[in-house]
Amino acid sequence: MSVPLLASLEQAFAQLPAAALQAAQLGESRRTHLAAALADGLPTARAERWRYTPLRALERRPFVTAAALAEIDPAVLPAGEGPRLVFVNGVFAAAHSRLDGLPAGVELLPLSQALLGADARDLAHLARRFDASDDTFARLNAAFALDGLVLRVAAGTRCEQPVTVVMVGAPTTTDIAVHLRHLVDIGEGASLRLVEHQLSAGAQAHLVNSLCHVHLKPGARLSHLRVQCEDVAATLFTRTEGVLAGAAEYQRADLELGAALSRHELNIALQGNGARLRSNGVLLADGRRHLDTRLGIDHIARDTRCELTWRGLGADRGRAVFHGGILIRAGADGTSAQLSNKNLLLSPHAEIDTQPVLEIHADEVQASHGATVGQLDANALFYLRSRGVGEAQARTLLTLAFCRVALDDLDDDALREQIDALLAARLPEVAA
Amino acid sequence: MLKIENLHVRVAGKEILKGLSLTVKPGEVHAIMGPNGAGKSTLGNVLAGREGYEITAGTVDFGDKDLLQLEPEERAAEGLFLAFQYPVEIPGVNNTYFLKAALNAQRKYRNEAELDSMQFLKLVREKLRVLHISDDLLHRAVNSGFSGGEKKRNEIFQMALLEPRLAILDETDSGLDIDALKMVAEGVNHMRSAERAFVVITHYQRLLDYIVPDYVHVLAEGRIVESGDKSLAHKLEQQGYAWLEERRLPERSGV
Repeated sequence: MSVPLLASLEQAFAQLPAAALQAAQLGESRRTHLAAALADGLPTARAERWRYTPLRALERRPFVTAAALAEIDPAVLPAGEGPRLVFVNGVFAAAHSRLDGLPAGVELLPLSQALLGADARDLAHLARRFDASDDTFARLNAAFALDGLVLRVAAGTRCEQPVTVVMVGAPTTTDIAVHLRHLVDIGEGASLRLVEHQLSAGAQAHLVNSLCHVHLKPGARLSHLRVQCEDVAATLFTRTEGVLAGAAEYQRADLELGAALSRHELNIALQGNGARLRSNGVLLADGRRHLDTRLGIDHIARDTRCELTWRGLGADRGRAVFHGGILIRAGADGTSAQLSNKNLLLSPHAEIDTQPVLEIHADEVQASHGATVGQLDANALFYLRSRGVGEAQARTLLTLAFCRVALDDLDDDALREQIDALLAARLPEVAA
Repeated sequence: MLKIENLHVRVAGKEILKGLSLTVKPGEVHAIMGPNGAGKSTLGNVLAGREGYEITAGTVDFGDKDLLQLEPEERAAEGLFLAFQYPVEIPGVNNTYFLKAALNAQRKYRNEAELDSMQFLKLVREKLRVLHISDDLLHRAVNSGFSGGEKKRNEIFQMALLEPRLAILDETDSGLDIDALKMVAEGVNHMRSAERAFVVITHYQRLLDYIVPDYVHVLAEGRIVESGDKSLAHKLEQQGYAWLEERRLPERSGV
């Protein structure tokens, strides 16, 4: 039985320019990945990793590939200075990007350009295999992605200015499928801040499938904020594959505020001794939104640490799914892992599914996890109201406070204020 | 200003207040004392509008309003303030932001112009100076990680800022050392005026050495069984609450 979504992608693949597909000798790898995706099909609810995120409605929809660069109103782009890469419907938009004035040691360019001047060693990650039969979207990405962000920071470089990448969905007559592949490589002892926006320039129901590789060399530091504000009809599959060398520090915050369906797999391998991950996030599942975040934290080396602070909101008929998987391998002694996932259920029709999974094979390990689903604290609500704050505003204040915990680590005040404003604008209708 | 008549209140099916009556006029300070379980905190909570209290009989007039018909935020805007026995910790909500939101919500209700940030901060500094409170409480989240003393100080600061017509202090003295107790008393005494009234709920007479009441009432088993002037508080201090045992039956109302 043919699945319309996959059939439409197979057709789209045949129409991609042969030269682009073959760039960097990736043609064979792309065809292999496509064949595997077509053979295994879309994951079903029988696959444990997809149990809470059914794709039955999605698989019936065909998508085409964007033919040309769409026009957008620059006002939809986030405010702020500094280096920036913008993609519109998956196509690099040079006119909206700022690549000049990069600090020494920072290389920033679209993947489409990097593929042309390919240095095979640098792009080895593009030929990575995805062997699991339910890795369909990673396989499709490996087959299709012709563009994305390439960001390399040389050893010892400390970049003060944040680098921004913006993925814009622009309205088209036919729904399109966008595939982006990003590479972020932070050299030994280097540090950088990266801000990633996924947003919409108008009503659209695109499928955006992006895959981001994050490599942190020994002692490297990356602060990474991802703000997902996609259109209410958009479908997103996002996968992050991070590898941290010794004493590397990766701090990220993910805000899932938009889309109809957004699934994020965040896989981080703590490969070097003393590597540290702090991953926070907020899932704001209102309307009929379905948000699914799946963490796979892999402690491989000694004395590695992870602190995971995630907050979920279920309002209206929204659904938030959170899976916090932590694996501590044999030999990863001295590891510390902390996971906190708290959720607010603000409507009787909303649903929260949370599942912390801790698997420990090492000794001398400190690990804790907690997951809760509850309502706003009645005492706090009464306290605010007893001072004159109206009920709706009190609920908004408390809901915002609940989310803020996940943003406490943001070391950039301007960014924090921006995010706060974004949340504050959204929450009154959510909390009401 | 406040007129409570024959108030009966149930909590979880159990009658706690059994016909309480009390009248408070502008400028007066009333102390309500009583043993544990007498219904002291229930009175404060019912007046402020906390959920979970079932009013089975009686009336409460506040000015020209039927207090029991108002939402908690409307009661606040009408000028009623409850200093909590256990102020609630609210991580993630900045104290200054919260107070500005509260004050402006009240002003809006009363058709007064809202204060902008500059005007608000000016007012805050003025109140801090008068109360001899440092501004470190302002930058923190509401009561979050505050010591017991800091929490009560924050309550008094809120009261000073919101300038209620009637302030109810619910065992504000519990768990306070003598310095914090004096600070609370100073705050109250500073705010005493011909237009403003206080109801001070306390288990101990100690606070009343610093906030000298005009009237003292004894609350026992859900109603006021004895009323008098400040000397009644001293009598309670010396004799305890045991002598009230014989006084529970007679029907008595408050002042």
